[in-house]
Amino acid sequence: MRNLRDAYSSALIELGYKNKDVVVLDADLALSTKTKRFGTVFPDRFFDVGIAEANMMGIAAGLATCGKIVFASTFAVFATGRCYDAIRQSIAYPCLNVKIVATHAGVSVGGDGASHQMLEDIALMRALPNMTVIAPADATEMEDVVPAIADYHGPCYVRIGRADAPVIFEKHGQFKIGKGYILKEGGDIAIIATGTMTAEAIKAGEILRKEGIDAMIVHMPTIKPIDKKIVEKAKETGRIITCEEHTIIGGLGDAVAMAMEDDPVKMRRIGVNDVFGESGEANELLEKYGLTSENIARVAKEMVKF
Amino acid sequence: MHDEKLVKEIKKNALKIRKLIVESIYRAGSGHPGGSLSIADIIACLYFHEMRYNPENPRWEDRDRLVLSKGHACPALYSALALCGYFPVEELKNLRKTGHFLQGHPCMRKVPGVDISTGSLGHGLSVAVGMALAGKMDKKDYRVFAILGDGEVQEGEIWEAANSASHFKLDNLIAILDRNGLQIDGPTEEIMHIEPIAWRWSAFGWNVIEIDGHNIKEILDTFHNIKKNEKPTIIIAHTIKGKGVSFMEGTLSFHGKAPSKEQYIKAMSELEQEERELDV
Repeated sequence: MRNLRDAYSSALIELGYKNKDVVVLDADLALSTKTKRFGTVFPDRFFDVGIAEANMMGIAAGLATCGKIVFASTFAVFATGRCYDAIRQSIAYPCLNVKIVATHAGVSVGGDGASHQMLEDIALMRALPNMTVIAPADATEMEDVVPAIADYHGPCYVRIGRADAPVIFEKHGQFKIGKGYILKEGGDIAIIATGTMTAEAIKAGEILRKEGIDAMIVHMPTIKPIDKKIVEKAKETGRIITCEEHTIIGGLGDAVAMAMEDDPVKMRRIGVNDVFGESGEANELLEKYGLTSENIARVAKEMVKF
Repeated sequence: MHDEKLVKEIKKNALKIRKLIVESIYRAGSGHPGGSLSIADIIACLYFHEMRYNPENPRWEDRDRLVLSKGHACPALYSALALCGYFPVEELKNLRKTGHFLQGHPCMRKVPGVDISTGSLGHGLSVAVGMALAGKMDKKDYRVFAILGDGEVQEGEIWEAANSASHFKLDNLIAILDRNGLQIDGPTEEIMHIEPIAWRWSAFGWNVIEIDGHNIKEILDTFHNIKKNEKPTIIIAHTIKGKGVSFMEGTLSFHGKAPSKEQYIKAMSELEQEERELDV
């Protein structure tokens, strides 16, 4: 298990040494997002703007017009919902080089409850023209995402959870913006997952294998632009399940459905079913909202049976 | 301090801007003449004397920046940019037209010389703070000007930005408040009061200067005398909405409406008359 926020922070520092144009902003959550470590190493390129997230997005835009590669971080709920208009007007519309890296996405934030459990951020950011949307699955991938988005010119939204996550990728260097990955080939059904749910999808694949169902497991770190080629391959199985720690409205499920265009296959979406979260232990909440390998396997079995 | 010749030259340019504002909005059939005319003198002082820029190289790194936070006043900005040579003046007749580049609100990706896209109110000052911060980081001596509407300061983000500008000691940031007193629904003090406005900015840690926003000499002198004291500066410019066109002055009706043909002819003849008087 490794923490993606730690990976973010280390990758940012490494990037900071390589590129003097990298500037990091935070809005009084620098200890939680772990950007504070960048500020300690590069105090001249780190600004804590206080509890004023929309202002942070505007400042990020202004810095970007002057050639800076800006990483603006806070919790996903504030980074997107609170700042939607600032991001729309000042970052996405002028297509500026701002990387919004949001932590604490999803119900697994736990005890803080619905107010802090961001479940519609992918939908909000996906709807914005020019915006790239990424949800890495583990710390290794997060360490690859940071330099990749710095090299890419344009606005990006990266969402990660709060909790430690199982290590899926042993080696660095495979992440590319817009590319999906087949983690396991299979012909009976395809399970496409993003972010925190990829680890659960892998476990679901193992459960299904023991029961004689051969599932293709796909990790889709970039939700926009979606990898259409991978969706085409997944379609060949005839059945697709999408998994995301996000509302079923407007996220990965919709992106995959759109990619199938007018030639769809049978599909089910695993995500939070149009409700707000609640306080609780992360694991209990994931269980409650069906965001587990067992639930994915159950849905897969139902689909294969019919 | 500034000589009469310069003042006269800028007055002429301000009149050219006013004529182009009326002309382009008339041809577009929609737009915001009131708030464009109220900032024409300030825009003329900025573009014909105060600001450092290069139309040959719109993204020149050392240029002064302008954030037109009250983006609906873009006909004033577009007119100045055209007169300065960023694009042909003839393009102004295509304002707001499909397939042409002069959008109803400024778009930095389409219009050379526009430093940031604006339109939705309340965002511009934050962006200006980011630009000024970049200037400090890079030890550059450019300045960032931000033109705000007086109704616009009812937006909360303006005060987040104001707070951060003084916190970061951005004395390279100069905001100009177009204090014309009117917003779409009525007088600012009736809709949602902003007074005591000078006191509010002062409390947020800014240098505050109040001027007559139509007195060219006073505007030029004010820009010239801005203090470098680790504080951002706000110039509260008292202006008249619709300034220069008799039937638009101080009225709400021309906040966001194009003149009719008769009104257009009358407005142009008034502005031309003023030009002739200036030449006498």
